[in-house]
Amino acid sequence: MTLLEVEDLNVSFATPRGTLQAVQGVSFELEQGKTLGIVGESGSGKTVLSRAIMGLLSRHSATQTGSVRYNGVEILNAPNKQLRTLWGTQIAMVFQDPMTSLNPVLRVGHQISESLKIHLKLGKAEAKETALSLLMQVGIPSPVERYDAYPGQLSGGMRQRVVIAIALACAPRLLMADEPTTGLDVTVQAQILDLLSSLQRDRQMAMVLVTHDLGVVATRTDEIIVMYAGNVVERAPTRDLFKRMAMPYTEALLRSTPRIANPSHTRLISIEGRPPDLLNPPAGCPFAPRCPYVQEKCQREKPPLVEANPGHSYACWFPLDTAAVPQGAASS
Amino acid sequence: MSNVAPALAVAATPPVVEDNVVKKKLGLFFWICVGWIALIVVLAIIANLLPLPNPTFQNYNAPQNAGPAWGHILGTDDLNRDIFSRLIYGSRVSLIIGFLGGAIGMILGGVPAMFSAYRRGRVDTFLNTTSYVLLAFPAIVAVIGIVSFWTPRNIWKITLIIGIFGAPLIFRVIRASTLSYATRDFVTAAKALGASDTRILFKEIFPNLVPTIVSFGLIAVATIIVLEGSLAFLGLSVQPPTPSWGNMLYEGSQLLQGSSGQTNPWLVYFPAAAMFSLLFCLNMVADKLRSYFDVTEVKL
Amino acid sequence: MGKYIAKRVVLLIIIIFFVSVAAFFMVHLLPGNPAVTILGPNATPQNEAILNHTLGLDKPLYEQYFIWISHVFRGNLGQSFTTHNTTVSVIKNAFPIDIELIVISQLMALAVAFPMAIVASRRPNRLFDQISNSATFGLLALPPFVITPVFVLIFAVTWHVFPGPSSYSSLTSNLGSNLHDMILPSIVLALGSIVVYFRLLRNDLISTLQEDFITMARSKGLSDRRIMWRHALRPSSVSVLASMGVTIAGLIAGTFVVESQLQLPGLGYQLIYYIGQLDYTVVQGIVLVVAVAIVIINFCFDFLFTIVDPRIARE
Repeated sequence: MTLLEVEDLNVSFATPRGTLQAVQGVSFELEQGKTLGIVGESGSGKTVLSRAIMGLLSRHSATQTGSVRYNGVEILNAPNKQLRTLWGTQIAMVFQDPMTSLNPVLRVGHQISESLKIHLKLGKAEAKETALSLLMQVGIPSPVERYDAYPGQLSGGMRQRVVIAIALACAPRLLMADEPTTGLDVTVQAQILDLLSSLQRDRQMAMVLVTHDLGVVATRTDEIIVMYAGNVVERAPTRDLFKRMAMPYTEALLRSTPRIANPSHTRLISIEGRPPDLLNPPAGCPFAPRCPYVQEKCQREKPPLVEANPGHSYACWFPLDTAAVPQGAASS
Repeated sequence: MSNVAPALAVAATPPVVEDNVVKKKLGLFFWICVGWIALIVVLAIIANLLPLPNPTFQNYNAPQNAGPAWGHILGTDDLNRDIFSRLIYGSRVSLIIGFLGGAIGMILGGVPAMFSAYRRGRVDTFLNTTSYVLLAFPAIVAVIGIVSFWTPRNIWKITLIIGIFGAPLIFRVIRASTLSYATRDFVTAAKALGASDTRILFKEIFPNLVPTIVSFGLIAVATIIVLEGSLAFLGLSVQPPTPSWGNMLYEGSQLLQGSSGQTNPWLVYFPAAAMFSLLFCLNMVADKLRSYFDVTEVKL
Repeated sequence: MGKYIAKRVVLLIIIIFFVSVAAFFMVHLLPGNPAVTILGPNATPQNEAILNHTLGLDKPLYEQYFIWISHVFRGNLGQSFTTHNTTVSVIKNAFPIDIELIVISQLMALAVAFPMAIVASRRPNRLFDQISNSATFGLLALPPFVITPVFVLIFAVTWHVFPGPSSYSSLTSNLGSNLHDMILPSIVLALGSIVVYFRLLRNDLISTLQEDFITMARSKGLSDRRIMWRHALRPSSVSVLASMGVTIAGLIAGTFVVESQLQLPGLGYQLIYYIGQLDYTVVQGIVLVVAVAIVIINFCFDFLFTIVDPRIARE
């Protein structure tokens, strides 16, 4: 059952220096119970994408075109009143930095039970009970004490668990997780991600997992979208993506992920160059300046997103299995 | 400066902008205000050259407490003196006390602040604590006390007193600003190149302070003008018959209290309007300058 | 936290000490001889010398200071030379007026500034915000000494809406009439405070509304109203609270002005009067009381601030 459909979503911002194209022509579908991973560097537009889908962008600053349908109902550019009927109860978001996404002057328990009281109309005692059980579900020890704590008194990992508890309070069907582990210790990251996966399985939620770390999405997603400079450059079911990467950027991303298994003092590989200027996108493929396989055509024309194999699309003139040798080779 | 709170608190909290397209122009309104201030200053300077009736002495030929009429475009006051002429001559008091007093405060407070903030150490701690303690004593009370006993009052004494009492607050503001620059890397870089402290202060740090000094300085001037005006209203500023806007409001208010039933609304409205216009323009110019130079204000 | 309080109290004591020294010396170091004033036409050199000795004015200044301070601790602030009222009684009668003025004016200012700031911060830089910002500039240019005579002229003399000068009746004698008297001066004093509170709250609200936890609250499906009142206002009100101490200190000059114009017998009025009489005992006493009051008010607000926001105490 298709829960979320995104079609040709474009998001741009008007700035003093021109129009900034943050998201260009993104389309995908997400079914109930499935997980979609959105991967990209900072500046790739993935956060803007997740906020746009949820409808959290300010209508004054962002121009959004295209279509976002939840359960068949169009929600892009919908009035806040309509969105509020979805937020919390149908769609919820887990934010990146739990220190700033929790209100520092309100107690943790109150922030959880708030949605319960408002959306589910629970009484005070009932709400507290439910909140306590939520705290247990997200793995917080001695929830009764933690209930009255302020966010500043909890560790980073615990705060993020609280954020998850808040998001899940009213049992939403779609969870958007925007870099949920980026600010956390490496050891805690795995725990949080496992927690998210198990909660998702238990509740049959659909989940969108946004991250810059390919390693995070490798085992926890059903499908992956790779974004670069606001465009989708590759999309595939997870296994296919790792088995047969098409886009050079995806390959570069994978190679730059440091691995514990590598011998110590292995050189850290980074992708040379910088992301393009989103104000004046150059002609041609956005990755061209940094691509080790770049050819003349890449710099001239922007490759469209084509679905070569079923379920696997990419935007590249010379995808990896057909690419010639790296830079310097004769152009086709 | 206990009268400080509104204007200085405003100056200390720059407005947060949540707009996409931020215009960084000063705007027409800004220049109008600058022009108005300049006009007042110029008129004050050249007052002697203008064909104005005598502003200080009672003129038995003129009507008393009259409204605007041909010979006296803004009317006359209780002692038959022309209001318009008094306004022009009177502006000198506000301007001198405001700008000169402000300058005194800036030098007494600002210069030590720069050195103190840059050098840190025990001198800085001492000066900082002293300024904190000095600020605890409501300056207006002290000024009132000293001004009332140090007779005969003249404009220079008042300027000096107000300037001195303004120094602690100016010290704190300039010190805070200097601190924020002194810790930056470009200063460290200059030190590493072997620049002397004075050179660093004046060549590296000071240019960054100029916007703060100018806009805060204008606010300080406005505050001092208000302080002097309050003093005048209490009868404690320059003595009559010297014209000053504060004095005129004092006379106007005295008439309101009098049992003679005679009031002179022109003696109230015109000086009030003049004062309002000057203060408004000063605050507006100060604020526009501050927002023009404040790079942290733009938010996408 | 306790250490922080102790530090502040010590500082408070030092400041009060300094204030008392300043109050004393300010009056004594200035030219003018009280003996001459008191004696008036009887001021012969012998009489002067006798009076100086009686008043203890021939002792060295620091000794005079300690005598005075020891009296103060016993509640004796001296007596007026001219009216023979004790300083304490003068202050006791005058103080409540100032307190009333401050309370009413600040309540008025908050009542105006809060709603204005809430509405303005919802749509920053749109019409309402721009209008209110410009209006605050206007208010800044209308300090008490400018606006009071204008108000009196309009409302008391021309329109007879509010009472004019010298018609004050005290709180206890006639509540309705007293409040009626207080409205005009309170409005005058409130004007400046409105600017401060509005600016601070508006800026703080706009900053807070851009924080992540507000976006998170929105994503929970909470209404804008709830977000404003429950989530945004609380952290933002802190700055307003903190500024109240300074704002009240800034009201002094304005209070003196309105009292002078409307002849309200508050501390300002009395101070000016006794200064005119060259009655330094009372002047000293009033200066001391006013200065200490301001210091203590500031201290209390600082303290409140740390309770509301415990992070400050840790710094």
